[in-house]
Amino acid sequence: MNAPNKSGWKPEMQVSEDGLHNGPSTTTGNRALMLEEPLIFEIGHPETTGVDLPEIDPDAPNRLGGFDRSDPIGLVGLTEPETVRHYTRLSRQNYGIDLGFFPLGSCTMKHNPRLNEKVARLPGFADIHPLAPQQSVQGALQVIHELGDWLMKLTGMPGVAMSPKAGAHGELCGILAIRAAHTARGDARQVVLVPESAHGTNPATAAFAGYKVEDIPATPEGRVDLEAIKARLAPDVAAVMITNPNTCGLFEKDFREIADAVHAVGGYVYCDGANFNAIVGRVRPGDLGVDAMHINLHKTFSTPHGGGGPGSGPVVFSEALKDFAPLPVVRKTADDSYELVEEEGRKHRGQSFGRMTAFHGQMGMFTRALTYMLSHGADGLKQVAEDAVLNANYVLRSLEDILHAPFADSGPCMHEALFGDKDFGGGLSTLDLAKALIDEGYHPMTVYFPLVVHGAMLVEPTETESKASIDQFITAFRSVTERALAGDESMKQAPYYAPRRRLDETQAARKPKLAWQDPEPSA
Amino acid sequence: MRYLPLTDTDRADMLAKIGANLIDDLFVDVPAVAQLDGPIRELPMHASEMAVERHMKARANKNLAAGDAPFFLGAGAYRHHVPASVDTVIQRGEFLTAYTPYQPEIAQGTLQMLFEFQSQVARLYGCAVANASMYDGSTACWEAVAMAGRVTRCHRAVLSGALHPHYSQVVKTMAQFTGDTIADAMPAIQTEPDNAGLISRIDDDTACVVVQYPDILGRIPDLTELADAAHAKGALLVVVNTEPVALGAIKSPGEMGADIVVGEGQSIGVGLQFGGPYLGLFAVRDPKHVRQMPGRLCGETTDAEGKRGFVLTLSTREQHIRREKATSNICTNSGLCALAFNVHMTLLGEKGLRELAAENHRLACIAADRLEKIPGVSLLNSAFFNEFTLQLGGNPAREVVRSLADLGVLGGVSLDRLYPGVAGLEDALLVAVTETTTEEDIETLAKELEGVLS
Repeated sequence: MNAPNKSGWKPEMQVSEDGLHNGPSTTTGNRALMLEEPLIFEIGHPETTGVDLPEIDPDAPNRLGGFDRSDPIGLVGLTEPETVRHYTRLSRQNYGIDLGFFPLGSCTMKHNPRLNEKVARLPGFADIHPLAPQQSVQGALQVIHELGDWLMKLTGMPGVAMSPKAGAHGELCGILAIRAAHTARGDARQVVLVPESAHGTNPATAAFAGYKVEDIPATPEGRVDLEAIKARLAPDVAAVMITNPNTCGLFEKDFREIADAVHAVGGYVYCDGANFNAIVGRVRPGDLGVDAMHINLHKTFSTPHGGGGPGSGPVVFSEALKDFAPLPVVRKTADDSYELVEEEGRKHRGQSFGRMTAFHGQMGMFTRALTYMLSHGADGLKQVAEDAVLNANYVLRSLEDILHAPFADSGPCMHEALFGDKDFGGGLSTLDLAKALIDEGYHPMTVYFPLVVHGAMLVEPTETESKASIDQFITAFRSVTERALAGDESMKQAPYYAPRRRLDETQAARKPKLAWQDPEPSA
Repeated sequence: MRYLPLTDTDRADMLAKIGANLIDDLFVDVPAVAQLDGPIRELPMHASEMAVERHMKARANKNLAAGDAPFFLGAGAYRHHVPASVDTVIQRGEFLTAYTPYQPEIAQGTLQMLFEFQSQVARLYGCAVANASMYDGSTACWEAVAMAGRVTRCHRAVLSGALHPHYSQVVKTMAQFTGDTIADAMPAIQTEPDNAGLISRIDDDTACVVVQYPDILGRIPDLTELADAAHAKGALLVVVNTEPVALGAIKSPGEMGADIVVGEGQSIGVGLQFGGPYLGLFAVRDPKHVRQMPGRLCGETTDAEGKRGFVLTLSTREQHIRREKATSNICTNSGLCALAFNVHMTLLGEKGLRELAAENHRLACIAADRLEKIPGVSLLNSAFFNEFTLQLGGNPAREVVRSLADLGVLGGVSLDRLYPGVAGLEDALLVAVTETTTEEDIETLAKELEGVLS
């Protein structure tokens, strides 16, 4: 368990006199392969360009209506070799799944298969216009329809909206459909119940849709309090928003009972599908009484996170809500062709709550996600859920003896294991442990979320890690935990070996510098 | 299964460590009603890389790619040449497979890129500050309307009739739920944008005036008089741009008095992709409005050793801190598309962007001149950048577009596709021309259009 790998090989580290691994300083600020890189504004030039375009002909016809841009824009350019080098050097200051274990809880940082990338770049998908005549894009419409069909079958739900652009956009889609359904009945309900452990997007979404948000407490075992919900349910409750598996990494075992109770008072059940990876192919949310659920294609279905988007958040709907889904929708016609329905009217029953985005959703993510689903199939996806859950439980049971695991007795965890920073010595906190993990070569777990656990650490290994990789991580995690429990002061300054030491976020917020300012010309 | 590293031996060892006999023991909390007895039957089983590629290629091959036909579609999505190095950069695993930069010490690549991106967008738009991007232009447009409400504490938005109808629909959809009042209009089919009509709709309760520049018909409205009129009533001017290449040729919205500038960044680096993912751009002219902005912001700071570095900042506006009091429920940006924009814009630089814009305009002028000569066809615009409106002498443009597609020509976007069934718009065709258009393409379109109309 304590060997970093099977053979026991471990790179030797020389420790210099200052106790750190710093040699003499360098003229460039570089340290061999750790390369500093200026901003493009410091190395580029307005007259430099990396593309070959015709020179501007000052006598060419001009029909700009007299709005010609005469002042400098203030952009700078680089040639192609300089550009490629600039971004390659920048890329090396980033951590990514390709580099190592990325156990970011609730984010499902699984391997991004490269076949997905290849398929998304086929000109028949990448180089087609959203408003192209429908006869010329039948294959693209078919992909949207096929992916929607997979999502409905995987969730056991009869309706789907494909256009939401990300998870939070999908949440909004679901809540707006719920509100539209109530409004259609002339029912002006005011309240959405949200557990206190929910993602921040849940209350933000409900508030945006005009609802009053009320917190639901959790039980000591880390689940939504069924009795508290039942006690609060009344005809003013429009919906409950529950994440399942929840943000403590547990399956909400009372979900069906909660759903039935909500339905009994005429409310709807929104399920945040952020954690669908734990149950995909094994449990269908439709069987649990869900009315609407968004699916993060960039989590469960392996489309890349890209350093913060683009995501994609299709929403599946129950029979009660599906007719309220936003437009456009893709439908299969009697002659086996595909039709994009963009407007209310003859072809649509006219209850859609409207349009959420300019075109039809994240096509580039659809091709990737469908490629992934076809690769795994129903059997592979079930295995995905099982391996993800197995890996998380293995992490939980390998660390619970040393680290506070508040819900370790609440049964098996699902896709992620939750720990807290209780008993850390020397004033150390979760943040210090996270930064120490960076020095060990890991991306830290999710920290300080969910809010219901002090110094929360949420570890989601996903199914694409090998046992050897997880064992190495456990070894490293145990060692930093031991240091934290012992109050190792040096952790307060970690990371030592990352491209940057701790960054001053207070300064960044107090005096925001959000764009490059050209230096004053020297006198 | 090629994406699953655990072996059966691993699984058995791990279950033993956990103290479970079967994998099913880990799912005991799932109620029996929701337990499936095996893989979902209605779906196929796993498939090889080769088989999956074949399946997907069969679908891709049913589509007519823009590069395989004379192509003239725009209306909010434009086909531009994206240099090969852009895709090479965005496929680097350190960018592609990174998460949102919440651990800045190991995300300086993404963060510095975002700082460069924000700086490029701010300059392009003539603004002080741009955010780290949004889902797309249409959602950014709604966020601008919502922000104007926060700033002015008024809740009525006046939309130009020449705002992209999908953008208007998104705004109206969202406003149903927030209680904002949206005053929209149909586009007036006339040579010049109807500024006077727009100005006449501004009142004392108006939070913002939303105008597209260049507009949905390709015309170029004078923003200065709109800004003056809006400001006189205490309203903000929100300018929407769906073609950022235009801003290499025409004045920036910021310098003409726009308060919030939003738009679609897809033209630079991102590609058509059947409508997404795209890149929402969002900027404000006056830095005092920064704290009312939605979305992520990257800022400069220093690390513990005094080295320059970048972090996500001002996150007290955002949902993960503010929950139901956040400026927006948005939890992401369009990071990889922002990188593509950043790389492409760096390759272009000031010189390249200006040349690119000039080349678009040159070819658009050639196309307008040539197409206008077709009997029965007239050019609506007096001014345009790379897109203009043709009137087809009473012929239904939606049918014409279909007929052209049957002939292998992607000839434009009919206004009837955008405004279904609206009287007076049926014979209008939007034609976009970019640097990827050849003079031969223009000639082909002219000949086939003439044939279809005759």
